[in-house]
Amino acid sequence: MLERLIEEAPLFFNYHNLVFIGQAMARTLGMTVIGCSVGFVLGLSIAIIRQSASRVLLPLRIVVIIYVEFFRRIPFLVVLFIVLFVIEPMMPGTSLFGIATVSVCLLSTAFLSEIMRAGLESVPKAQIEAALALNFNALQTLTMVVLPQSWRVILPPAAAFVVMFIKDTSLASQLGVIELTFAGKMLVNRGFSPVLGFGAILVCYFALSYPLSRFAAYLEKRLATS
Amino acid sequence: MRHLEITDISSSYGDQQVLRGVSLGADKGEVVSLIGPSGSGKSTLLRVLVGLTPPTAGEVFVAGERVDYSSNAALKALRNHMSIVFQQYNLFQNMNVLDNVTVSPVKVRKESRAGAEERARVLLEKVGMQDKEKAYPEELSGGQQQRVAIARALATKPEILLLDEVTSALDPERVNEVLDTIRSLTNEGITMVIVSHEMSFVREVSTRVAMMDEGRIVETGTPEQIFTSPTEERTRDFVSKILAHR
Repeated sequence: MLERLIEEAPLFFNYHNLVFIGQAMARTLGMTVIGCSVGFVLGLSIAIIRQSASRVLLPLRIVVIIYVEFFRRIPFLVVLFIVLFVIEPMMPGTSLFGIATVSVCLLSTAFLSEIMRAGLESVPKAQIEAALALNFNALQTLTMVVLPQSWRVILPPAAAFVVMFIKDTSLASQLGVIELTFAGKMLVNRGFSPVLGFGAILVCYFALSYPLSRFAAYLEKRLATS
Repeated sequence: MRHLEITDISSSYGDQQVLRGVSLGADKGEVVSLIGPSGSGKSTLLRVLVGLTPPTAGEVFVAGERVDYSSNAALKALRNHMSIVFQQYNLFQNMNVLDNVTVSPVKVRKESRAGAEERARVLLEKVGMQDKEKAYPEELSGGQQQRVAIARALATKPEILLLDEVTSALDPERVNEVLDTIRSLTNEGITMVIVSHEMSFVREVSTRVAMMDEGRIVETGTPEQIFTSPTEERTRDFVSKILAHR
């Protein structure tokens, strides 16, 4: 077994395979980064809309609540197929990577909005009343009082979510997106040992998620003491 | 014309009526204190005045002008003249002392930062907190936070200052430092409405005292009248119980 691996290793780690794995890693990272960045922005918007008491926003509030509750309760794989079968007929020729990224956006928006809502709600009402009494407008209250105080509640679970989602993007392989998991499968299909093929993929996943979890742990520690 | 005129104000939390037709007035520079048992509506009255709790009936006039509590623009105009200091200080936890005091002048009133900081330092010196301008609220004692909160309220140059049980959350040995600070403000022409359980303090600084019970004003008078010869049974009862505890 070990002999076979040693024999195979130089063949496996050739230039072509390394570029192939590198590209797959970039796709995994791309889906996560684009998806979660969009999720951050849209999730924050949803959290703010849900917190507002404005009557004008009531219909919008109902829509976003339905959206959040719906997408938090369906598996990522199902979201992928829904998006595929909705987008494909509407915009033929959309890349599978694009479809997978849109799916990540949809799901991460729903989950991150809940994390951010919890963060916004963690700020005591008295802080907001103090801002009101000092004549802050809604935007000033949000940017100068509420957000700066909610980061310490938002960041640790948000980072944990992103780390988790790096792994969940592997489901996009079911769609045929050549991300890390799919790349591993292809390498094994080409005849390489599964230990090498999936071993390399495992190392890549670890390399992506470990620094992020360390960063999250660092943030958690720093925010807790400040 | 009185500086602050409250006529027949009522207010409810849900279906519980907290204020049942309160009328009270204050001339410019007067210090009016509200006393009475917990739950009598004293703090609610202050919250209504500054627009944090909506009134269900009645009217408030500031310098002869009726305040429209349903209009955001009117509330903004009102709060340009009126500040409140809360029982729990409510300093912004994410800002240091100096930023807490300057944030409203700079960001809301659009004053120059240099001017606002200069004024903030004068105010911090007045409340004895000039050495702590870089400290964050959580590094300060309750009494220190409350003194900063008073400086923050004064930074907006209020003509009317509302003080809501500002010493109730403090350790006993911290009470006097805050009371001293307030005492030093009473001669500056600011109209003050004070809710307090510190009876000797109320007696000393107030020009008038109003006794509240169950959402109504039971009796109004000079501190002398209220504390030595109240006409209402309820006031007599309350005052004697409070003074007996001292």
